[in-house]
Amino acid sequence: MGEVLALLFNTAVFAAALRMATPLIFAALGGIFSERSGVVNIALEGMMLIGAFTAMFVSHQTGLPWLGVVGAVLAGIVIGLLHAFFCIHYRANQVVVGTAINIFAGGLTVFLLRYYFGAAGTSPSVPTIPDITIPVLSQIPWIGRIIGRQNPLVYLALLAVVVAHLVVYRTPWGLRLRAVGEHPRAADTVGVHVFRMRYLAVALSGALAGLGGTYLSIAHLSRFSEGMTAGRGFIALAAVIFGKWTPYGALGACLFFGYADALQMRLQDVGVPTQFMNMLPYVLTMVALAGFIGKSVGPKASGEPYIKG
Amino acid sequence: MDKVLEMHAITKQFPRVLANDQVDFDLEYGEIHALVGENGSGKSTLMNILYGLYQQDAGEIVVRGRPVQINEPRVAIDLKIGMVFQHFMLVEPLTVAENIVLGAELKKGLFFDSKRAVQEVENLSRQYGLTIDPRAKIADLSVGLQQRVEILKALYRGAEILILDEPTAVLTPQEVEDLFKVLRTLKAKGTSIVFITHKIKEVLALSDRVSVLRRGRKVGTKATAETDEQNLAEMMVGRVVLFNVDKKPAQPGPEVLRMEQLTVEDQFGQVKVDQVDLSVRKGEVLGIAGVEGNGQSELVEAIAGLRKAASGRIFLGDREITNSSPLKVREAGFGYVPEDRHRRGLVLDYTVADNLILGIHGKKPFVKGCMIRDDQAVYENAEQIIEQYDIRPPVAKQLARSLSGGNQQKIVVGREFTQNPDLLICAQPTRGVDVGAIEFIHQQVIAQRDQGAAVLLVSAELDEILSLSDRVAVMYNGKIVSVMSADEVTEHKLGFLMLGGRLEDYGANEVNGHAK
Repeated sequence: MGEVLALLFNTAVFAAALRMATPLIFAALGGIFSERSGVVNIALEGMMLIGAFTAMFVSHQTGLPWLGVVGAVLAGIVIGLLHAFFCIHYRANQVVVGTAINIFAGGLTVFLLRYYFGAAGTSPSVPTIPDITIPVLSQIPWIGRIIGRQNPLVYLALLAVVVAHLVVYRTPWGLRLRAVGEHPRAADTVGVHVFRMRYLAVALSGALAGLGGTYLSIAHLSRFSEGMTAGRGFIALAAVIFGKWTPYGALGACLFFGYADALQMRLQDVGVPTQFMNMLPYVLTMVALAGFIGKSVGPKASGEPYIKG
Repeated sequence: MDKVLEMHAITKQFPRVLANDQVDFDLEYGEIHALVGENGSGKSTLMNILYGLYQQDAGEIVVRGRPVQINEPRVAIDLKIGMVFQHFMLVEPLTVAENIVLGAELKKGLFFDSKRAVQEVENLSRQYGLTIDPRAKIADLSVGLQQRVEILKALYRGAEILILDEPTAVLTPQEVEDLFKVLRTLKAKGTSIVFITHKIKEVLALSDRVSVLRRGRKVGTKATAETDEQNLAEMMVGRVVLFNVDKKPAQPGPEVLRMEQLTVEDQFGQVKVDQVDLSVRKGEVLGIAGVEGNGQSELVEAIAGLRKAASGRIFLGDREITNSSPLKVREAGFGYVPEDRHRRGLVLDYTVADNLILGIHGKKPFVKGCMIRDDQAVYENAEQIIEQYDIRPPVAKQLARSLSGGNQQKIVVGREFTQNPDLLICAQPTRGVDVGAIEFIHQQVIAQRDQGAAVLLVSAELDEILSLSDRVAVMYNGKIVSVMSADEVTEHKLGFLMLGGRLEDYGANEVNGHAK
């Protein structure tokens, strides 16, 4: 028992939790922007996967991992615009389009992987973004061991949460974003361009999900492997709901899910089945949806296409 | 006087209807111009064109002497045109100030300057005497206050032409009075106002001029002072309309509906109906007056079997129907015109004929043998009700969705009334229904009463309560605060009681000079 308790508060587990949470945080922020604008983005998973592949590919071709980050963001934007185009322009069912993108992303990445590397399963090892040590922070006892030395993308994710919060709640753009997702016609009648807002938000969503994928392939690991997102896009979606569509709420949820993930690896040694821990995010989301942790109500117009006039 | 706005020969064709057919409309500086007509006569379409939500197929718009193309709301806003919609364009989780400045936000660096937004709203609300808390969330405001936010929204954008689309449809009588005061103030400050309504009384009370539309065409424009109720109604409907329902004194018989200490809660466990004792007798109309949301809906739903009673008992005739299923209640002799006809009264994607047998579709003569539908009987029934209730267009196979609100309501009324129930509940039976159909439905209610039905009428329209009821009960905050016979009732007294006033205090209030 003492062994388990020590594990629960182990700084190495906390540090690992932060790493496991990073891709979730990016994707969840993406989910927030999209849903806040009124477009359900179930395609986070596929966007992450394509981001992960692109980052690996660009890093492999150029030897510059940071260029891989840029490539992944651009790829995410392209997929985001594709999602937006079908959902907004053609008013297709957003869940169906998202599902299609997920299936498409799974197939495309496998195809490209085999086409370029001939390998089944995983890519060769590619240059990665190295971890950095933050001078003063790393000296602080306990905390330093958790956040003192991490990957730059981990810090970027945390920074992105703060920026996202400011954008959503403190800028005119954020005010319009929330209005468009709640009552698009009201926004339209005061001259806010509903379609433009939604395209921007979904493209941003793709960019963030792409960043999440990047972390997996060229920071956490140094290669791409088939289906390597392993449902993280959906866990991020769960974090959005669990965090009540707010950046800080989603951060909390992602950290918690990341912690569960980190713990899971350790607990295997103690004999708790992996599957049990893998189940946790979804069980918690259902608990949240059932209203046990306050009511979690999303943007009212989320999932509904806007028809002008 | 100069015109601030002229619309010339506006034509708008929708897929199946010609919504506006060469309509001319103009607005003078600082006038209140009422735009009236039955539902579907093209009033809202005309104003939506002016606000840039639709584009006209033909015709010209001239604002302050200059021809303009208004192809989106932003253009209208720039022309200082503001619109208050019938269904409010407010974002509920946002605050009053946020809603008002949305789309025209003040910035502090990169950020939205919410402090100044609050200040600006406070200034504006002081300037026009429209008191409001800028920091309140829209979701927490009453309908009347939400409308005030809509007006402030237009004023914040500097509106000099203000369009209000059926602004009184959702208001209580007192709120209507407040709104009229506000509009008169705005007019005095130079705002030109277009006021869309189908209520003739409001036209006469408020407007300087009035234009009437009928089936997409303009019938005429008149100075309000030169017209009257009868004249306007004829212009709107195209025939003579009777306002006063011709009715003989009631011949009340034994009790048909009796509620004893009935208490009903909503889904959150809030008490909505609080120990109500009430009865309705054969051959009388009992009207329940009250501001919406004071428990009327829950009361009616409890009787209809659509909502559980927390305690108390309900009797229909000598049968107890407390917490019975809706079907059981119906079989006990119950007819019901629900307040939300789209949700509870009709299946919009069924034909008129199918809607006319809802609830009795499993009974003779609509089934042959044990379960086979008898189409011939269904259509015979439909033809008969369509003729008797003047449902237009008279096509049994048409989808209910494609009919106007008034004709949809006639389907519900026709279906329920022709079953000759012992107890008939009519909840908001003429909501959103135009003058001609109101007259007809009122006559039918009285006809049911005279045939011996006990009628329970729930209405937010005081006129309706006053002209149909033999007794009037006022509901406030879940309780029946007063039951009066029709001859003791005045509109003013009802309004006072509906807002929680006590009958003992009524006289005192009168002396204090309640402006009328």
